[in-house]
Amino acid sequence: MSRSIRNVLSGLLASAFVAGALPAFAQGSLLNVSYDVARDFYKDYNPLFQKYWKDKSGESIELKQSHAGSSKQVRAVADGLEADVVTMNQASDVDFLVEKGLVVKDYAKKFPTNASPYTSTMVFIVRKGNPKGLQDWSDLVKPGVQVILPHPKNTGNGRYSYLAAWGYALKQPGGSDKTAQEFVGKLLKNAPLFASGGRDATTTFMQRRIGDVLVSFESEAELIAKEFGKGEFDVVYPSLSILTEFPVAIVEKVVDKKGTRKQAQAYLEYLWSKEGQENAAQNYLRPRDAELLKKYATQFPAIKTFTVDDVFGGWARAFPVHFKDGGTFDQIYQSK
Amino acid sequence: MSATIVRKAAAEPRWLRLTLTAVGLGFLFFFLALPLVAVFSEAFAGGWGAYREALSHPEALSAIGLTVFIAVVVLPFNVAFGVAAAWAIAKFDFRGKSLLITLIDLPFAVSPVVVGLVFLLIFGAQGVFGPWLSDHDIKIVFALPGMIIVTLFITFPFVARELIPLMQAQGKDEEEAAVSLGASGWQMFFRVTLPNIKWGLLYGVILANARAMGEFGAVSVVSGHIRGETNTLPLHVEIVYNEYNAIGAFAAASVLALLALVTLVAKTVVEWKMRQETEMLDTAMPPEKTE
Repeated sequence: MSRSIRNVLSGLLASAFVAGALPAFAQGSLLNVSYDVARDFYKDYNPLFQKYWKDKSGESIELKQSHAGSSKQVRAVADGLEADVVTMNQASDVDFLVEKGLVVKDYAKKFPTNASPYTSTMVFIVRKGNPKGLQDWSDLVKPGVQVILPHPKNTGNGRYSYLAAWGYALKQPGGSDKTAQEFVGKLLKNAPLFASGGRDATTTFMQRRIGDVLVSFESEAELIAKEFGKGEFDVVYPSLSILTEFPVAIVEKVVDKKGTRKQAQAYLEYLWSKEGQENAAQNYLRPRDAELLKKYATQFPAIKTFTVDDVFGGWARAFPVHFKDGGTFDQIYQSK
Repeated sequence: MSATIVRKAAAEPRWLRLTLTAVGLGFLFFFLALPLVAVFSEAFAGGWGAYREALSHPEALSAIGLTVFIAVVVLPFNVAFGVAAAWAIAKFDFRGKSLLITLIDLPFAVSPVVVGLVFLLIFGAQGVFGPWLSDHDIKIVFALPGMIIVTLFITFPFVARELIPLMQAQGKDEEEAAVSLGASGWQMFFRVTLPNIKWGLLYGVILANARAMGEFGAVSVVSGHIRGETNTLPLHVEIVYNEYNAIGAFAAASVLALLALVTLVAKTVVEWKMRQETEMLDTAMPPEKTE
């Protein structure tokens, strides 16, 4: 008991210190601003990097984390949250910081593999035993199938789900933007509601037992298993899905001011090291390292994917076409 | 005869009385008792050990510490401001008095999220003072000062709102008597005014404290969500819940619920004390005094 009181007190002291922004701690400390569910990954990654950095430079480094919805997070960074690095789940969020002059325009080329150290993909989570026999996107548009997904216009998962279905329809024989829009229209018609975020979609599907299929990240399926139990659902891999990238970037203005460029660079680079990649695999995110992908093959079944760059010409183009006011989503939704 | 008619008209039929009572109790049960039970049963879903572990996690402890710290900083300001404002409004007449009363109520009327955004617009990097603050390396938003400022704003009205009617009812006779007997300003305040308002003041402080600790919207906007640093208990609940850690979220929520219960009990005790005191005052008062 007395120990927990002491912990509370030290927490108080620590927060008081930071509030005073004492420059003594500014050296050797990085703030990583990240999306909602990235915590598990970075909780494991940070100690790995701290050890690596200590061995390499002899410097102990403090790593601070901030997690919330990704769009809210980049807004906060633009408004002055002093992030040394941002680790996001969608390029459009980093693009926002480019617009604000906080991140360099060609950030995707500053690190290997499109500045995305790991990937995931959109999969189907169905009720135990897959009673409706849902195998592919084409099954999701059939009448009587209820599809749960987060709101495509204002959530990351929702946008990826939307683009995945669109890309699938486009790649079918005779596929065009017109057929794709029709296909996605049918899919959205099967959605009884749009959840407000990934977590909300999961609660709707698992706890409120609404819907036949939940479209979600492959990595999310593991988190769901952790809370609701593995035997509660099945995961179905469609014939084709979207490769979701998780871009990372250095916030130029902040590292220059704090003098932490060297550390920030190393922190992000280390994500591509063997240790960093293995950590991704252990957190159910697909590593870029081909050997590791093979090693964890049972966990990551082979699946044909396309990227936003391949099919949509990048987020900078996909976003206005599909999700801005008057974009394809609005067109579909208003005619619904 | 007329008396029986009156009584009959006032008495509702038995079935209606029973229905209304049942509706009232049912409402209480569904909207107060059930959620409370749900919070605690979810929090203890993994047993006592998991509950303790969730609350003794460093991030949870720092969230508790930060929440308490903000309340401790904010409350003295609330007391000082509330007493001063209530004093000015209840004991004096001046131009702009009704404007001042409206201003005091402003935080009740404005949505907390808007409050947070307003301070972001003032102190944020793209805000009015942003560049200057950044040049001088002063952090307001996404750090403790910003969180204290918004909490202060949100909780400002409670003490004043509680004291104004009380002080108005008490009038200024006793203070005038004290001054005419040679008391200095502070003597009058500490010997006459403060003893008269102490329960009302405490009541206001309890309400302000509950609000300060439970505030989510405004604090969420200016917090930056840095774990172990700018995460308060309500923010901690949300983030942990979003990470599929139901036990952690509800354990933290149970601390907030406990706080609410303690607040309720303290509030009831203070209310009871207040009533006792006014009753004593009434009986002690000679009848001629009621002009």
